[in-house]
Amino acid sequence: MAGIEVTALHKRYPDGTVAVDHVDLSIDDGELFVMLGPSGCGKTTTLRAIAGLERQTTGDIRIGDTLVNDLPPAERDIAMVFQFYALYPHLKTRDNLAFPLRAEGLPKAEVRARVDEAARLMRLGPLLDRRPRRLSGGEQQRVALARALVRRPRAFLMDEPLTNLDAELRADMRTEIKHLQGELGTTMVYVTHDQVEAMSLGHRIAILNKGRVEQIGTPLEVYDRPASLFCAAFIGSPPMNLIDVEVADGMLRGKGGLALTPPPGLPRDGRLVAGVRPEALEVTAPGTDGSVPARVVSTEWLGDEIIYVVDHGGERDVRVRMAPTGRFATDAPVGLRHTGGTPAVYDLSTEELVA
Amino acid sequence: MGTVAVQGLRKSYGKVQALDGVTLDVPDGAFFVVLGPSGAGKTTTLRAIAGLEKLDAGSVHIDGRDATGDSPAARDLAMVFQSYALYPRHTVYENIASPLRARRRSSSEIAAAVERMSSLLHIERLLQRRPAQLSGGEMQRVALARALVRSPRAFLMDEPLTNLDLKLRVEMRTELTRIHRSLGATFVYVTNDQVEALSMADQVAVLKEGQVQQVGTPTEVYERPANQWVAGFVGSPRISLLACRAEGDRLVGAEGWTLPRPRWSTAQDGRPLLLGLRAEDLSVEQRGDASLSGELYGLEPLGDRTVVDVRVGTEMVKVKARPTIAGTPGEPLTVSVDLDRAHLFDADTGVSLSEAGR
Repeated sequence: MAGIEVTALHKRYPDGTVAVDHVDLSIDDGELFVMLGPSGCGKTTTLRAIAGLERQTTGDIRIGDTLVNDLPPAERDIAMVFQFYALYPHLKTRDNLAFPLRAEGLPKAEVRARVDEAARLMRLGPLLDRRPRRLSGGEQQRVALARALVRRPRAFLMDEPLTNLDAELRADMRTEIKHLQGELGTTMVYVTHDQVEAMSLGHRIAILNKGRVEQIGTPLEVYDRPASLFCAAFIGSPPMNLIDVEVADGMLRGKGGLALTPPPGLPRDGRLVAGVRPEALEVTAPGTDGSVPARVVSTEWLGDEIIYVVDHGGERDVRVRMAPTGRFATDAPVGLRHTGGTPAVYDLSTEELVA
Repeated sequence: MGTVAVQGLRKSYGKVQALDGVTLDVPDGAFFVVLGPSGAGKTTTLRAIAGLEKLDAGSVHIDGRDATGDSPAARDLAMVFQSYALYPRHTVYENIASPLRARRRSSSEIAAAVERMSSLLHIERLLQRRPAQLSGGEMQRVALARALVRSPRAFLMDEPLTNLDLKLRVEMRTELTRIHRSLGATFVYVTNDQVEALSMADQVAVLKEGQVQQVGTPTEVYERPANQWVAGFVGSPRISLLACRAEGDRLVGAEGWTLPRPRWSTAQDGRPLLLGLRAEDLSVEQRGDASLSGELYGLEPLGDRTVVDVRVGTEMVKVKARPTIAGTPGEPLTVSVDLDRAHLFDADTGVSLSEAGR
């Protein structure tokens, strides 16, 4: 097992495209580290560079204490999992698991011990003597995951392994991967474009955009205080409301009059935008204390919560997350008030968090 | 205006029964969502309404008139697909205008309609571009504008938001609801995404393997699912299902737990049941005395909440908790259960047993 240090990693293709632009990552031993971003952000290129499948233009990669820049993939002692590929249809679960170990030439007893351990961890005991066509979709995926684990590498590198699964299976596999990574304690670097996957899996998340790291933090850190407008738009569904604000009488005020507590350290000038999560707002009866007049544009009932989309004083489509009890009708005049703590504040020209 | 009624639709492809007696009634002006996983028959149903599918049996009525034998054009419906299929050599303006040009509308009428749709969909500044210069999301909005620009009897939409990123999808949900209200038109909308169904629909028809499982308002399918399958498909995180039996005034779990038998339960003693518990009706904080004992399996922080996975014997329950909750896998946990909001299903048939007694 080992931590991974990525220092000033830079990748430029011959046509001049910069895929990775001086990325620094310090991944702890035993950490489940997620790289999140839209397609083209450089997350997969970074992962492939760590794996040795892509040669960086400049920059260093260390796995444990070893500088691996010049090592071929096979000598880096990592396991790369792309998608969970199909199992060998003619082999029983037991032999599907043993296959990569036999290919490495491990002694029989060792193969057996590792297969038994993986089967215990993934609760595959009753499935060991079945062939893939007698397994459900979820069972096949668990076997595929176990097959990736039996090799016991120093680190797992995973590139969107759950992309092609249906929603139910994806949710189950997320739970299993996280649990298993915790039990094994093996470093895992996991690439995804799915913010829900990133939030629910990662100990820490690196958000990448255009080859650069925009933010690194725990799920709650990146959720509560996104480092840039890009991160604010990328994390959370519905995303953070971005409300134009001015500083007046010691308060932050939206153009519709919504009052927010200013965070310390606000800059004196610049066009400011407050990032307010939908659950930090509340729709109230009109005229309620501390509320500004608003109008419900649309309501989205989601079972365990309701999202109100409201307009107020020229601010369009403000989204408010509330418990599903109590309803305000579409077009109804309502009040809107802030119930959360101090919001994150961004400078519109730099698009970065300023307070 | 725009009612759509399909009756007893059947269609097979070789051995696969794509539609197995589908009957739906779409009221005029409804936002009617057909929800189901892939292979459920949603798209085939939509194509049958559009007249693009030759049926083995069944009828399609549009505005009360039998349209089963009508050509697609004669049905006067507009279809919105997943794929963009824009005219590559035409500008966005011409693409949106094309359905109206084909119907020989005046240029002033066309200009007004294109302007209205492009402002509804925020694509005003793209009007002079060509499809090759658009992003995927922009193409989707142009395709939507083109589909919505005329006034057919009903709009048929096949997963129009599938290829959009999350932020755009959230915005487009609001746009579609708004467009629906401002047009007052009938929408028949196919999706596999239960969030889209719950958030936009007046009525949802849940399909599985060519059969309608339930038709109802979003609240009805979420809070009173007709069967175990609907309960599992609608709602995220998925409802937890625990095997049990009713014994006198108790529910006894296959994993050894007992809970007070809900007052509303009419289930027969001894019959195999599934207890359905939604994450928001469970709590890791002490509430009342109905509870399950288990151990922490994992935490899934989502920002506004954290989903706690708790193993109860060999079964798993998902519990909604505050975002900052912490814990270590393996530690014991007590899960409080709100039995008034629980569901019971017959374990053999999957049918809900909750409603009779409530």
